[in-house]
Amino acid sequence: MSTANGGYYLPEPSPWPVIMSSGLFITALGFILQINGYAPGPWLMLVGGAIIVYIMFRWFGQVIAESEAGIYNDQVDMSFRLGMGWFIFSEVMFFAAFFGALFYVRVFSVEWLAATDMLWPEFDGLWPTAGPGPDALKAIAAGTEPGPGQFSPMGAWGIPAINTAILLTSGATVTAAHWALKKDNRGSLVFWMAITSLLGIVFLSLQAYEYAHAWTELDLTMSAGVYGATFYMLTGFHGFHVTMGTIMLIVILVRSMKGHFKPDQHFGFEGVAWYWHFVDVVWLGLFIFVYWF
Amino acid sequence: MLTTCLKRIKSTIQFLGTGLMLLPGMVLAEYALNFQAPATEIAREVFELHSLILKIVIVIFIAVFAVMFYSIFAHRKSRGHKAANFHESTTVEVIWTIIPFIILVSMAIPSTATLLKMDNTSGSEMTVKIVGYQWKWQYEYLDHDISFFSTLSTPRAQIENKEKKGENYLLEVDNHLVLPVGKKIRFVLTANDVIHAWWVPQLAIKKDAIPGYINEMWTKIDEPGIYRGQCAELCGKDHGFMPIVVEAVSQEDFNKWVSLQKDKAVSAAADSNKVWTKTALMKQGKKVYEKSCQACHGATGAGVPGAFPAITGSKIATGPVKDHLDMVMNGKAGTAMQAFKGQLSDADLAAVVTFERNGLGNKAGDIIQPSQVKALR
Amino acid sequence: MSEAAHHRPTGLSRWLFTTNHKDIGTMYLIFAFMMAIIGALMSLVIRAELFEPGLQLVDPNFFNQMTTVHALVMVFGFIMPAFVGLANWMIPMMIGAPDMALPRLNNWSFWLLPPAATLLIISLFVPGGGPAAGWTLYPPLSIQGGMGMDFTILTVHMLGISSILGSINIIATILNMRAPGMNLMKMPLFVWTWLITAFLLLASIPVFAGAVTMLLTDRHFGTQFFDAAGGGDPVLFQHIFWFFGHPEVYILVLPAFGVISQVIPTFARKPLFGYSSMVFATAAIAFLSFIVWAHHMYTVGMPMAGELFFMYATMLIAVPTGVKVFNWVATMWQGSMTFETPMLFAIATVFTFTMGGVTGLMLALTPVDFQYHDTYFVVAHFHYVIVGGSVLGLFTAVYYWLPKWTGHMYSEGIGKLHFWLTMIGINLTFFPQHFSGLAGMPRRIPDYALQFAEFNMWSTYGAFLAVFSQLIFFYLVWKTVKGGTKATDQVWEGAEGLEWTVPSPAPYHTFETPPKVS
Ligand code: HEA
Ligand code: HEA
Ligand code: HEC
Ligand code: CUA
Ligand SMILES: [Cu+2]
Repeated sequence: MSTANGGYYLPEPSPWPVIMSSGLFITALGFILQINGYAPGPWLMLVGGAIIVYIMFRWFGQVIAESEAGIYNDQVDMSFRLGMGWFIFSEVMFFAAFFGALFYVRVFSVEWLAATDMLWPEFDGLWPTAGPGPDALKAIAAGTEPGPGQFSPMGAWGIPAINTAILLTSGATVTAAHWALKKDNRGSLVFWMAITSLLGIVFLSLQAYEYAHAWTELDLTMSAGVYGATFYMLTGFHGFHVTMGTIMLIVILVRSMKGHFKPDQHFGFEGVAWYWHFVDVVWLGLFIFVYWF
Repeated sequence: MLTTCLKRIKSTIQFLGTGLMLLPGMVLAEYALNFQAPATEIAREVFELHSLILKIVIVIFIAVFAVMFYSIFAHRKSRGHKAANFHESTTVEVIWTIIPFIILVSMAIPSTATLLKMDNTSGSEMTVKIVGYQWKWQYEYLDHDISFFSTLSTPRAQIENKEKKGENYLLEVDNHLVLPVGKKIRFVLTANDVIHAWWVPQLAIKKDAIPGYINEMWTKIDEPGIYRGQCAELCGKDHGFMPIVVEAVSQEDFNKWVSLQKDKAVSAAADSNKVWTKTALMKQGKKVYEKSCQACHGATGAGVPGAFPAITGSKIATGPVKDHLDMVMNGKAGTAMQAFKGQLSDADLAAVVTFERNGLGNKAGDIIQPSQVKALR
Repeated sequence: MSEAAHHRPTGLSRWLFTTNHKDIGTMYLIFAFMMAIIGALMSLVIRAELFEPGLQLVDPNFFNQMTTVHALVMVFGFIMPAFVGLANWMIPMMIGAPDMALPRLNNWSFWLLPPAATLLIISLFVPGGGPAAGWTLYPPLSIQGGMGMDFTILTVHMLGISSILGSINIIATILNMRAPGMNLMKMPLFVWTWLITAFLLLASIPVFAGAVTMLLTDRHFGTQFFDAAGGGDPVLFQHIFWFFGHPEVYILVLPAFGVISQVIPTFARKPLFGYSSMVFATAAIAFLSFIVWAHHMYTVGMPMAGELFFMYATMLIAVPTGVKVFNWVATMWQGSMTFETPMLFAIATVFTFTMGGVTGLMLALTPVDFQYHDTYFVVAHFHYVIVGGSVLGLFTAVYYWLPKWTGHMYSEGIGKLHFWLTMIGINLTFFPQHFSGLAGMPRRIPDYALQFAEFNMWSTYGAFLAVFSQLIFFYLVWKTVKGGTKATDQVWEGAEGLEWTVPSPAPYHTFETPPKVS
């Protein structure tokens, strides 16, 4: 260990980053082979994924151990805060790209397509839409399928509304856990963390159910024009983030049970709580723009 | 003081301006330096705008760097210059924020005016639909029921340096876009596969042709003549080889040309009812292949591994006729293989499929008649 | 705590595992250099094919791959990593910090680059070849390509993670690691420009990642974001791409502005003119860069209101950029200048960048851009700002800080030779392209009409000169690393700032105890 500047912790050389990168490389290579139909794809992805998971354990394990050993001073803590905060900002911008796409198709492109009678005479441009392509139009003409294309859009007031309530509640429970931690009330901390993690899991299960329903009963697939594309892209990446967040919550739950964190210094907890709130806010955007209006 | 200063600036601008105007004239013989001669009113306006801003930025550039190089010359240590220590002045900062701003506004005003004019397609007397394909243009005269494709006509041998390059190397096509002069012509643009852009410099119009969407632009050509341009948006392998040739003619000549096109259409229809011999089909097929297919599938039918399949030995080109015709007529969605049924006549389709099955190293042995193609439409 | 007390791995694992900002900075710079050479060799393939009309060396498909990969390698592999390398080396030294704020993350940011670059290079060798849709990756063309495009997309993802983590680290370092007394308005301008650049990166790179993700799902998973038949729009991609792409070009150049703002005062022996207006101008450029993106898309047929808005907003950028140029000139004014190699490069940067800047302004005017768009005039514009701004800025930085890094003075004679040959080379390459562009030569074509022949020939000569001159640079750096006259702590007579108060070469952890800044 080496420190400077009145105790700023500077870690020793570390093997985790390079190995992590190799894991990512192998995963990426495997993924490319997989989507192009080459046999070793899945195997490479498996190997790469295993490396990534293993390194996450080791790397985070080391950080946790260092943190528990009390060698992070307030300045280090601040670096972590800045790091996490701006990381979340970059995630917001990632979602902004997809929200931007949704906004663009809803406000501009679908309307323009409806106005180009020279190319798409029958298309009327109502949202949701699977577009003016021949397949979509055939379905409309036949009148066999419900809704404006070959699919039914996802309503807002079923599972999505319940999921909204779940995420909002989980935002409150994680805050309750935070209060408990600040008061050093361990039992209460563990209780609220467990509830929060559970809510995350319930959310994910409901979303999985919703996907199955959409795919098999509503014919709402990724290929269902821009509606399907934006729907799955936005909810899919959100779901991925909830999955990550839930795993993080569970880690925090386990650490809480092990007696980690101090009432006045617990950045690990707070970082995860921020992340969870971020996931929550993105969901509100989804609920409003993807499901509701 | 101020007036002399302004006068000096004005004469400098004039001096530079005339210099710049002269340059292209002086050395045009060998070096193309500036915009090609404008051929429409809009093109002249654009040219003037271009000259104006070019002059402004050259003056600014010279002014800024005159100061810098003077300083480099005068304020050097080797000449014993001692450094001053000023490092702030709100006044000058404000001045050199406001002056550029004013210059910008003075550029924005004429630009806006020209832009609005370019955008106004109303009052047009004729409409041509332009469709971009990999790698050719289709022109459809919506008011005359005429439609044809326009493809590069520079011989391969010139491109591959086996023959001397002609005067209009890469800027020549088989079928010109013939337009009447003095008429406001509206273009509607779209594309079939990827984005292309239709550009003729002398007309100063350039717009993207986007699959699934329609863009509009217009022109009104002053003088009869030939105006050449190129596709201006990367559209794949032969993006550099899809030129545009506009032939502007008088209204009279245009009318003659229109009736000529109608006659051609009649004889093409006759072709598809006729029964062809194998030799005739092979001969015509080779022509069509070279024009329409060779760009992707190669002169010998070898294709480009990984991108464009070989025709030689292809399962489709040697298998059932039906599949082969289907591939050529309807293309394959999501790939560069386009549907040719709208591009080629029955006779040409029959010929090219026959050629693929019996030429390029294939020996399927069967021939296809135009009537077979017609039946599949 | 003493240096000797902790063990440091040696050999390969020193570099693989290091958490030291200087080691990591060095690796970034070496990586960037290697990428620059690869990118430059690709540009020579382009230039050689364009030497005269006709197809001589490569087939058109491969030509397009070269154009695309040249640009991707140069932008993402060379310029961006090179500036991150400089940030790594210099920011902790300039603000009086012991190291970067998050050292392990720092190492990871770097070690994401080699695998990413490997993916991109592999793409050239898979069936169908590398990406051939231009670095802008416009669909539907990019949807047609073979699996090379998938390699490119994954490359972008990995590079993106690297840039984001790198930026986070830089922000945390600057905001949290300054020595006592170093308040924000005392920070050296290089630090300021990097702080703002890091924000640009954080806000734009994820958007790019989103765009290529949609490309990927359109290619392989049936979505129709960019397909009219499904209600999508190819132009949507362009909007998202340029929302990233325009800030990106300032990402490439702002750190160079920072370097220039360090170097000119040093050799003018006079403080930087208008420090605070420099900071505000940088911030203004950064802000404006997010609302001008569609100036790359004037010809797609936007509604008139859009065309006008983006034209006006784009023109506005000339104002803060002008403030910077004027401030540099005012810094030189009444100075006591000497012209060592870094100063030569700094002056040249201002000069050539401005040349590219004013052509940028011409491009901003929509009705005339219809003529310039997708011609060599644009190619000339952006090589003037990038090669003339970013690349020369990088050379400025390397010459300026090399003695501090290595502890040795480089050879002025060789440095100046490199300077002049590079200047002649790049100007000979790119100046004639203005003319071919105006006369109507489209970009991204492997073969052209006869009237463009002369200028293309010049351009090719220039490119070969520019690229081969870099051998001199390599030789010079190599020699300086190996030995040479011992450099003093201050190195340059007029140099000011914390980095000049420590020994040359700087110790492993520069500031074990924080310096005091008055
Ligand atoms: C480092 C990178 C960099 C930088 C800094 C810039 C700076 C600018 N760029 Fe450039 N640009 C690119 C990289 C860059 N560009 C690239 C890579 C492309 C092509 C992408 C592709 O298609 O592949 C491109 C393309 C491009 C286009 C699209 C052209 C087209 O495709 O049709 C436009 C259009 O507006 C444009 C404008 C500008 C402007 C107005 C600036 C301004 O910031 C310049 C401001 C500077 C000055 C103006 C000079 C100094 C100022 C003064 C001395 C003050 C006084 C001046 C006046 C009042 C005139 N650029
Ligand atoms: C960072 C960006 C960058 C750089 C440095 C360059 C450098 C060069 N480029 Fe550039 N180029 C692009 C970005 C860049 N280019 C982009 C974005 C495009 C558009 C692509 C597209 O259309 O999709 C393009 C396209 C492009 C074309 C047009 C192709 C076409 O339209 O078909 C041409 C043609 O001449 C060309 C030539 C060159 C040449 C001769 C150089 C020479 O300057 C090379 C000389 C080399 C140097 C000057 C670098 C020296 C540096 C070092 C040796 C490293 C030093 C290391 C440290 C300091 C750490 N490039
Ligand atoms: C713009 C490029 C392009 C042009 C021009 C083109 N093709 Fe193709 N062609 C393709 C591509 C790409 C495929 C592969 C489609 C696929 O993925 O199955 C293909 C496939 C084929 C096949 C099937 C080959 C096989 O074994 O799969 C035949 C036959 C064919 N083309 C004939 C033609 C004919 C005839 C013409 C001209 C009239 C032509 N093509 C013009 C790109 C082109
Ligand atoms: Cu069509 Cu380029
Ligand atoms: Cu831009």
